[in-house]
Amino acid sequence: MSEQNTNLSEYIPDVPEHNGFHKVVLELAVANHPGVMSHICGLFARRAFNVEGILCMPVGTGETSRIWLQIFEDERLEKMIRQVEKLEDVLSVRKHDGEHPVFGHLDEFFQ
Amino acid sequence: MQMTGADLIVKLLERQGISTIAGVPGGAALPMYDALSKSDTIHHVLCRHEQGAGFIAQGMARVSGRPEVCLASSGPGATNLITAIADAKLDSIPMIALTGQVPLSMIGTDAFQEVDTYGLTIPITKHNFLVRSAKDLLSVVPAAFRIAMSDRPGPVLIDVPKDVQNQLVSFEEYPDVVVPDAAPSFDIAAVEEAARMIEAAERPVLYLGGGVIHSGAGQLAVTLAEQASLPTTMTLMALGAMPMDHPLSLGMLGMHGARYTNYVLEEADLLVCVGARFDDRAIGKTAEFCPNAKIIHIDIDRSELHKVKTAHVAIAGDVGQVLSELLPRVRPQLRKRWLSHVESLKGRFPLAMPGVDNPRSPYGLIHAVANCLDDNAIITSDVGQHQMWVAQAYPFRRSRQWLNSGGLGTMGFGFPAAIGAAIAAPDRTVVCFSGDGSLKMNIQEMATAAQENVNVKIVLMNNQSLGLVHQQQNLFYGKRVMASRYERPTDFLKIAEGFGMRAVDLDPAPNPRATLAEALSTPGPCLIHATIDPNEFVYPMVPPGAANSEMIG
Repeated sequence: MSEQNTNLSEYIPDVPEHNGFHKVVLELAVANHPGVMSHICGLFARRAFNVEGILCMPVGTGETSRIWLQIFEDERLEKMIRQVEKLEDVLSVRKHDGEHPVFGHLDEFFQ
Repeated sequence: MQMTGADLIVKLLERQGISTIAGVPGGAALPMYDALSKSDTIHHVLCRHEQGAGFIAQGMARVSGRPEVCLASSGPGATNLITAIADAKLDSIPMIALTGQVPLSMIGTDAFQEVDTYGLTIPITKHNFLVRSAKDLLSVVPAAFRIAMSDRPGPVLIDVPKDVQNQLVSFEEYPDVVVPDAAPSFDIAAVEEAARMIEAAERPVLYLGGGVIHSGAGQLAVTLAEQASLPTTMTLMALGAMPMDHPLSLGMLGMHGARYTNYVLEEADLLVCVGARFDDRAIGKTAEFCPNAKIIHIDIDRSELHKVKTAHVAIAGDVGQVLSELLPRVRPQLRKRWLSHVESLKGRFPLAMPGVDNPRSPYGLIHAVANCLDDNAIITSDVGQHQMWVAQAYPFRRSRQWLNSGGLGTMGFGFPAAIGAAIAAPDRTVVCFSGDGSLKMNIQEMATAAQENVNVKIVLMNNQSLGLVHQQQNLFYGKRVMASRYERPTDFLKIAEGFGMRAVDLDPAPNPRATLAEALSTPGPCLIHATIDPNEFVYPMVPPGAANSEMIG
């Protein structure tokens, strides 16, 4: 190769900063079987999307569960939701305001 | 009816139309193998490594377009499958991976050959199952097929503990044979808006991805291009969707695309992206890709829309169905000015193919192979320089003619995938272009190829190097060549013959074209060896992370 090419370099992009300050709550209806939580938490963990709070309980006869996730919203949230919706065991996803009361009375258990 | 879980699995596979399974047996899979011994319709291909089994299943699926099955035991059997499963995920290939597992009671005890196959495969499958009761197989197996082939295809893993395989299950009727789910409905208003944008554009480009192949929409895409006079570029995964020699074809875009292709995209004012996902190897630096273009994005996977580039019109639907709605709404146009400008860019910045007339050079060898074959042939490749040369230079003319590992870029893909392709399409000649680095990664499947007597020809471009690594070290790492040259030569001819395959060497052949033609036209597996110069680089090249306009060479 000619000399000029010794100055070439690869470009490795920096990790973008994700500054989310606005809390949101996601409500997921999911199939109830072992492994569902792994699928969901893995999606968030891999993208370093921090989940602040998780609540999960079976609904009705136990065929399905409801998962509540408290997260800090950043610009990736809509893409994240579309990835969650793609999971086979996720039946629906609803986005709520961060003030949703579901996490409201839990403080006393986290003293 | 009453039968064991293992017998039920085999019956359900048979009912789903499976006629070949690629696999390697082992302790935790023995009940399934016992059940297979009773099947009259399923042929089991005994592979020499589970990764080979995964890629043989992929090769079959890439040719047939429907889910195909690989089978392995627990522990190392399952972990050896993982690369092939991840590869299927990134290229959206429908595949069912069946694995044996230690008995339910022993799960979590670090039992012999126990590994958390379910946990390991969560991020690399479209969906996965750990079956906890034989009765569940009645719903799990059909669901696996439905998921693998519906919407955006992908691999599904079913992990079956040994006691579940042996458990008796009683049931009234077999579940129905499953077909793909109906594709999602889409907004016709968006299609109309897309048609208006295509009509209003002055410099539109059509950008086709692997989704066009999966959807069987190649012909519709070509019709759209012709009707609206759209210069058309294809990703690595879409080559063949439009014939390479079509007047509107711009060939492949991106890191190793021709200069004019990337320049045309640079000037586009509208990009019509169909079944593609703006992969970094295709688009280079995101912000500088098609800087002046509005974007229409059509894809069956909603999560791909706006993922990398924000689209002005985004349509989540099967690309074939969307194109069918789009076509009658797009007015025929000639676009003489744009097309003649594209033609002049092509004339000024064509793909340079040095040595194309010399069958001992990479481009020349690829053309010499193409000259011996017709469009019926299937071409697979491994990963590296040879893959890019073939992608640039081979005259692909139909969908599913070209099989390669696009997303994961797995060295070792090409040869077992070629075996699978030859099994799925026994009337076709299958040629696997490979390099000496890649071929060694699944070379043990030569024994499988010889056993099955498949019509697979390996064209080995041997530069005694990891060529693309060698190239990047030369270009970007101050020519410090580290661990990319093999010091000792390998005698591939002896290896092939040792495995029971015919081997032909083009190096000493006085007339390599004649030797090649003879080898390609003789049925059965054959290694065709050709030494190439390790200092031949793939050009042009966009440095990783750079804009596509910053091509070298």
